[in-house]
Amino acid sequence: MASTPEENDNDSKLRSVSVDLNNDTSFMIDIPDALCERDKVKFTVHTKTTLGTFQKPEFSVLRQHEDFIWLHDTLVETEEYAGHIIPPSPPKPDFESPREKMHKLGEGEATMTKEEYTKMKQELEAEYLAVFKKTVQVHEVFLQRLSSHPVLSKDRNFQIFLEYDQDLSVRRKNAKEMFGGFFKNMVKTADEVIISGVKEVDDFFDQEKTFLLDYYNKIRDATTKAEKMTRAHKNVADDYIHFSATLDSLSADESTALKMYLLKLAELFEKLRKVEGRVASDEDLKLTELLRYYMRDIQAAKDLLYRRARALADYESSNKALDKARLKSKEVQQAEEHQQLCCQKFEKLSESGKRELISFKGRRVVAFRKNLIEMAELEIKHAKSSVSLLQSCIDMLKTN
Amino acid sequence: MADDSERVPPPFPESEQRETDPADGESDEDSDDFEGEDIFTGNSQPSEPKKDPLPPAAPTTTSSNTKTNGLHSDDEEQDIFAEATVELALDSPLNNRKREPAQAKPSAPGPSLTVTGPSTLKPPPAKTFEELEEEEEKDAFELNIAVTNPEKVGDGMNAYMAYKVSTQTNLPMFKCKTYTVKRRFSDFLGLYEKLSEKHSQNGYIVPPPPEKSILGMTKVKVGKEDSSSVEFVERRRASLERYLQRVVSHPSLLQDPDVREFLEKDELPRAVSTQALSGAGFLKMINRATDAVSRMTIKMNESDIWFEEKLLEVESEDQHLRKLLSVVETLVNHRKELSSNTAMFAKSVAMLGSSEDNTALSRALSQLAEVEDKIEQLHQDQACNDFFILAELFADYIRLLTAVRGSFDHRMKTWQRWQDAQTTLQKKRENEAKLLWANKPDKLQQAKDEISEWESKVTQYERDFERVSATVRKEVLRFEKEKATDFKNQLVRYLETLLHSHQQLIKYWEAFLPEAKAIA
Repeated sequence: MASTPEENDNDSKLRSVSVDLNNDTSFMIDIPDALCERDKVKFTVHTKTTLGTFQKPEFSVLRQHEDFIWLHDTLVETEEYAGHIIPPSPPKPDFESPREKMHKLGEGEATMTKEEYTKMKQELEAEYLAVFKKTVQVHEVFLQRLSSHPVLSKDRNFQIFLEYDQDLSVRRKNAKEMFGGFFKNMVKTADEVIISGVKEVDDFFDQEKTFLLDYYNKIRDATTKAEKMTRAHKNVADDYIHFSATLDSLSADESTALKMYLLKLAELFEKLRKVEGRVASDEDLKLTELLRYYMRDIQAAKDLLYRRARALADYESSNKALDKARLKSKEVQQAEEHQQLCCQKFEKLSESGKRELISFKGRRVVAFRKNLIEMAELEIKHAKSSVSLLQSCIDMLKTN
Repeated sequence: MADDSERVPPPFPESEQRETDPADGESDEDSDDFEGEDIFTGNSQPSEPKKDPLPPAAPTTTSSNTKTNGLHSDDEEQDIFAEATVELALDSPLNNRKREPAQAKPSAPGPSLTVTGPSTLKPPPAKTFEELEEEEEKDAFELNIAVTNPEKVGDGMNAYMAYKVSTQTNLPMFKCKTYTVKRRFSDFLGLYEKLSEKHSQNGYIVPPPPEKSILGMTKVKVGKEDSSSVEFVERRRASLERYLQRVVSHPSLLQDPDVREFLEKDELPRAVSTQALSGAGFLKMINRATDAVSRMTIKMNESDIWFEEKLLEVESEDQHLRKLLSVVETLVNHRKELSSNTAMFAKSVAMLGSSEDNTALSRALSQLAEVEDKIEQLHQDQACNDFFILAELFADYIRLLTAVRGSFDHRMKTWQRWQDAQTTLQKKRENEAKLLWANKPDKLQQAKDEISEWESKVTQYERDFERVSATVRKEVLRFEKEKATDFKNQLVRYLETLLHSHQQLIKYWEAFLPEAKAIA
């Protein structure tokens, strides 16, 4: 089972996926606790702040996953924030994998020894706990990115989310009715909007568009493959459990010399499987989760580009409308005002969008660097401990 | 011969000796009485035995030769043999220390069974060379066997694989020091059949050959050159090699002329009868025997608890080995899956790296792709080792345990024969009594004759039963010892592959680390 220092390690390591969070003491958010009731996870969101906008300096509320989604969607829909990368919403808590495995384990209980079954059960419980911790952290990071964002941290709905001590479900329903359809449609046509011939005036955005579209596909693919790889690795680690247990059973039948070899080997594999398990989970955290997080972040950056492209399209059509109005000499002032508005909106979006995209690049590179280094170091550490376990077992077998 | 009194056989090792040593200065007969085969061709007359203290290895051989030359079921010849063999052992001019490298492929698959006895096997990888040298000093005799160079002969459905069987030896019973012959799979099966026919009934554990595989062979015949048929051929080659090594490391079987013929003769008559001996057929046979055993176990009045307990141990061991085999097979599959998933991941990271616009990160990602690619190969190799070393070890022993059960079965049969004879004798006696009472003197003589016939049969069968029991017991002990050594060697070999794999991992990640650190 995970020990406390390791837990803390994992905490900081996941947080390193998006760096520089929660450093501002004037506004700190964390999720110290979470409850799991069947499928529903209830997060305790704890805020500590010196900002005058809040009623109290420190408070906690209970929130569900759907509340986070509501918050994210309202931010996306807010036109004012069109020029910012809205932090990606946290994915739904998914306990499907460990639950399925637990089910299979229950079915296969009769075929295993008691020790084997206990070990497998412990492994699954650890896996379940790992999923749980991951989901807590991913929800936490979402809130922390908001709190450290110069503009988004001031959002009214964000404040409500943190402070409102009642259930948010009523508000959520209203929001869905208003925004549900529109948002979905936008996402659907987003790619078309970008790819279609909206003439790009700015080199920077042109390059970003190409880069982000391509990169998104690649990173999505890498995430899927990484997940498959780490899962296969976990399977191998679990197989070692069965191998060790069966060797144990076999050793009971054997004469003294062979009995000793088999017992030593069983012991070795019991230790090795723990190391392999850790390799698999470290790969999962440092690699798969890293890739997954930035995949979603890039999606958020793409959304920014979509919004900008839409604003550009609006601007261009307002230009055309103005020309037409001037020709017809009808409602020229209206058209002028409208065009001005679109122009301003577009330029504001472009300016803040550029800033966001550049800082996003930096963030991404830093996070990749940190995680790749940590992963390599962990792989080396684990391989070294495997080597020493193997070497001492080999020596022991040879000298007898 | 005059030297009888001086011929003190070397001290027997710790393995159980229930028979009295017949080599105690008995027969004076010529070795010519021996059934036609003169094993000692090319050798000088046995001379004065040196009184060198023999290393423990050699005595095991000779002492078991003593016993097991009951192969030819003539007690007296048994004795000559013992003496002669003992002398030769002491007097060997062929104390060949030089270890020639085996002609076998240097690839990993190929168990290094180190057994005490005249036969030692293909040299294991260099690491354990010091061990080998030690062994050499103990063993005066060597017999190395390698099965290599699988070659397809012929075309279409009549095609078959021919394997090169190379023997290197300094054993006096062979005319030459090296032999190279070509054998096909049915030849190996034929050898097994002959050995089994002759020796199983006496309680010997005759190593079973690898199983026939219709699917595997069909692929080969049809000419499919994919990785699964390559793997199949390699698997078969390695298991044929282990099979032969087990046969020759059995001191009694080594003496069988069929074994020598197999190793020496250029052309062997085609073993036609083995065509019927499919893998399934073989198993069916054994299963019937096993069923028979279980039926008989209930009836047999076991005078010796040892056999009952041993049989239970064997049954339990068989169950656990089967489970172990299935666990390893799952492991192999998962590792292969891991390997292919890693390869896919490597490709996808390479693609990501090429998209990445930050140069240093882009380079680091391509390096990561390369590392993962190398790791994929490691996983692939490890899966092979899981299979060829571990899985095959357990599969071999599952088959061997069947042979062990078979020897118990034969013991049962001899017991049954003895019991039946006793019953018949009893009936004959009753018959005689009846005739006496009915006063029929003419039939009485016949009855008396029959009684004496059956009396001697009873004695004979009782002796047979005791002899077979002793053989079985000795065989089982020998088997257990071999098994312990075999397991140890294979397990060490396997662990060494795991060790190497992890050492490589360290190298790869350590090379990658500076690349990751260089990201800016």
